[in-house]
Amino acid sequence: MSEQTAPSIMRDVVLFAGLAVLVAIIFASQGTVYSLRMMVEAGCYAIIALGLTIQWGYAGLFNVGVMGFIAAGAASSMLISFPQNPEFWNSAGPTLVGLFIVKLIGSGIAIWAASRSDHWGVGPKLRALLIAVAIAASYLVLSAHMDEMAREIEDASGWMGGLGLPVMVGWLVAGAVAGVIAWFVGKICLGLRADYLAIATLGIAQIIKHFLKNADWLTRGTLTVSPMPWPVQTPADGEFIMARASYLTVVAITMVIIYLLLQRAYHAPWGRMMRAIRDNENAAEAMGKDVNRRRLEIFVLGCILMGFGGAILIHFASIYDPSGFLDLNHTFLVWVMVILGGSGNNRGAIFGALFVYIIWVMSEPMAAWLFSLIGTYGQAWFGWEPPSDLASRALQMRVFVIGLTITLVLRFAPQGFLPEQKARF
Amino acid sequence: MNEVVFFINKGVTAGLIIGSIYALGAIGVTMIFGILRFAHFAHGDMMTLGAFMTLILTAALASLGIVWPVPLAFIAMFPAMAITAFLAIGIDRAFYRPLRMAGARPVVIVMASVGVTLMLQGLIRLFAGVRGRDMFLEAPKEIFRIPFPGASRPVIITEPQVLLIAFTIVAVVALHWFLTRSRLGKAMRAVSDNPELAQITGINTNHVVWATWIIGGALACAAGTLLSMDVTLKPDLSFNILLPIFAATIVGGIGQPYGAIAGGFLVGFCETLAVFNWSILLRPIQHHLWFELPASMALVPTQYKLMVPFLILIIVLIYRPTGIFKGRVLA
Repeated sequence: MSEQTAPSIMRDVVLFAGLAVLVAIIFASQGTVYSLRMMVEAGCYAIIALGLTIQWGYAGLFNVGVMGFIAAGAASSMLISFPQNPEFWNSAGPTLVGLFIVKLIGSGIAIWAASRSDHWGVGPKLRALLIAVAIAASYLVLSAHMDEMAREIEDASGWMGGLGLPVMVGWLVAGAVAGVIAWFVGKICLGLRADYLAIATLGIAQIIKHFLKNADWLTRGTLTVSPMPWPVQTPADGEFIMARASYLTVVAITMVIIYLLLQRAYHAPWGRMMRAIRDNENAAEAMGKDVNRRRLEIFVLGCILMGFGGAILIHFASIYDPSGFLDLNHTFLVWVMVILGGSGNNRGAIFGALFVYIIWVMSEPMAAWLFSLIGTYGQAWFGWEPPSDLASRALQMRVFVIGLTITLVLRFAPQGFLPEQKARF
Repeated sequence: MNEVVFFINKGVTAGLIIGSIYALGAIGVTMIFGILRFAHFAHGDMMTLGAFMTLILTAALASLGIVWPVPLAFIAMFPAMAITAFLAIGIDRAFYRPLRMAGARPVVIVMASVGVTLMLQGLIRLFAGVRGRDMFLEAPKEIFRIPFPGASRPVIITEPQVLLIAFTIVAVVALHWFLTRSRLGKAMRAVSDNPELAQITGINTNHVVWATWIIGGALACAAGTLLSMDVTLKPDLSFNILLPIFAATIVGGIGQPYGAIAGGFLVGFCETLAVFNWSILLRPIQHHLWFELPASMALVPTQYKLMVPFLILIIVLIYRPTGIFKGRVLA
C-alpha cells in the first residue's frame, strides 16, 4: 500500500507547496487587503467545487446548473439574515405571504394525492386527468395570488426585507433550499441518462436566475440588496484587514470541516458503494443497491454544498445582485476547477479551486493589458482601428480559454492534477 | 374582426416563426443524439456561428454591388450553410471523435460539447463584439400587409418570415426524401436504430457521422440566419435557445426527425400562446362573461417565457420519457 500511495503524496505536497508559494507572491505583490479578498473567494469556490466533485467524481452526475443552486442559496440566505423591513411587517404583506404558503402547501397536497390516486383504485386515464386538473388549478390559483401579492408588497413596502436572523442560520437555510430544489430535479431526471440531468439543470439554473431578477417583491430584483450582513465584524469601521482575515478564518474552518467529513464518507462503506455504482451500475444494482436513490442522495448533498458555498460567497461580496450570477463564473469556472484539480479527489477539488481562481483573477488585468497592447501596436504598425469595445472583448477571451481548457483536459488529462487514488485493500 | 387579426399576427405567425426555428434546430440535435448518442450543447452557438458566416458573406456580396430580388442574406445563407457544415465536421474531428474513439462515457462527450460551446461563444464575441447587428445590409426588409375581410387592420407578415416558412417546408420535404429514399439516409436510420447491427451489415459509420454533422450544421446555420433576419443578429442565443430546442427534441422522441419537427412547433406554439394576451380575444364577448376581464390575461408573464419549454420538458420526462413519437430513452 505504501508503495502505491507514496508518489501521489509527494505530488500533493509539491502541488500544495507550489500553491503556497504562488499565494505568498501575490500577498507580497498585490497587498494584503486585495489578496485576502481573493483567498476568501477562492475558499468559497472550494466549498462549491467540493459539492460538484462529489456529484461528478463520486457518482458521475453531470450538473450544468451550479449557478442556479448558488443563486438560490444566496437569495435564501439573504432573506433569512438581512435586517427586517418594518414597512412590510406593518402592511398587509405578511398575511398575503402566509396565505400564499398555505395555498402552496394545499396545491402540493392536491397534486401528490392526484398522482397517488392509482393506489386508491383510480384507473390510469382518470389519474392522468386528475393530475392535469390538479396542476392546472394550482397554477392558476398560485399565479393569480402571486400577482396580487407582488403588487401589494411592491406598493406598500417595496420589498419583503429579511428576517434578521443570524447569518449562520441563513447559510444553513441556503443549503437546505438548494437541496430541496435539487431533490425535485433529481427525482425527475436521475432515473434517466446523465444527459437529461444536464439539460434539466441547465434549465433550472436559467429559470432560478430569471425568477430572482424579476421578483422585485421578494428580493428587490435588479435593484440589488446591500450591505449583506457578515458573521464577523464588517469592514465598515475601516478595519479591512481584520474583517477580511476573520471572514477568511470562518471560510477556512468551514472548508476544512466539510473536507474532513467528505473524506470520511469517501472511505466509509457509503463512499465505496457510490464508486461501485459509478463504475458499474449494473453490477451494483445486481448486488441490491438502490441506484437511483443513492444518486439522488449524492445529488442533493452536492447541491446543498453549492447553495451553502454560494451563500458564503455572496455574503462576502456584501452586495446581492441577481444579474451578477453568470454561467461562466458560477458554473463553468467550477467545472474547470473540478476536472483540472482531479475529479473524485477532494484534495484535488480544493487545489483546483484555489489554483484556478487565482489564475482567473490574475487573468483579468492581464487580458486587458494584452488587448490594449494589441490595440496600440496594431494601430501604430498596421493602421488598424481597434473597435471601441476592446476592453469588453478582452473578457470574452477568457470564455474561450475556459472552453478550451475543458476540452483539452478531457482529452489529454482526464485525471487532472491530483488523480483519484485507487484504494487497495 | 380586429381581434382575429391580432391573434393571427401575435399568436399564429409568431408561433409558426419560432416553431420553425426550434424545429430546424431540433432536427440537428435529435439526429446527433440518435446517431452519436450525446446531447449536443454547442448547437445554439453553432446557429450563431452560421448566422455570422452569412453576415460576412452578405457583406462581401453587398460590397460587390449585387442586387437581387430576394434579400442578399438569403442568398449568402446557402454557401454559409456549406461552410458551417464543414466547420461542424471539423469540430467533431477535433473534439468529439478522439473522445469517442477512446471509448469515453457519453456524458464526457456532453461535457466536451459544453467546452466547445464556450469556445465558440468566446471567439464569436471576441471578433464580432456583443452588440446586435442587422442582417439587411442593402435594403430595409419588406413588409407585406394583407387586408383581412371585415377588419380595419391588415395581417402583417415580413419577407424573412415568408422565406423562413418556405425554407422550413422545403427542408422538411427534402429531409423526408433523403431519409426514406437515399441509401445514405436509410443507413443513417439504421445506425440510429441499432449501431452494432448496422456496422455488421457493412454500413460505413464514418459517412453516417459526416452526414449527421452536415445536416445538423447546415440546418443550424439556416435557423440562425433566418432567426437573425427576422429580428437582429445577437451573439447571445446559446443557452436561451438551447432549452426549447432540447425540449422539442425530447418531446418529439430522441432520434426521430419528424418528432423533432412536431416538437419544435409544439414548443413554439405553447410558448407563444402562453404569453399571448387572451383578454384581447375575449373582449368582444365581455358581456357574455361572468367576470371582469383584466387588462392583461397571459398564462405566463413574458419575462418567464423560458418556463414554458422547461415545464414541457419536465412533464414529458415524468409521464412519457419516450416522447410523443416513441423515441428512445437512452440508457
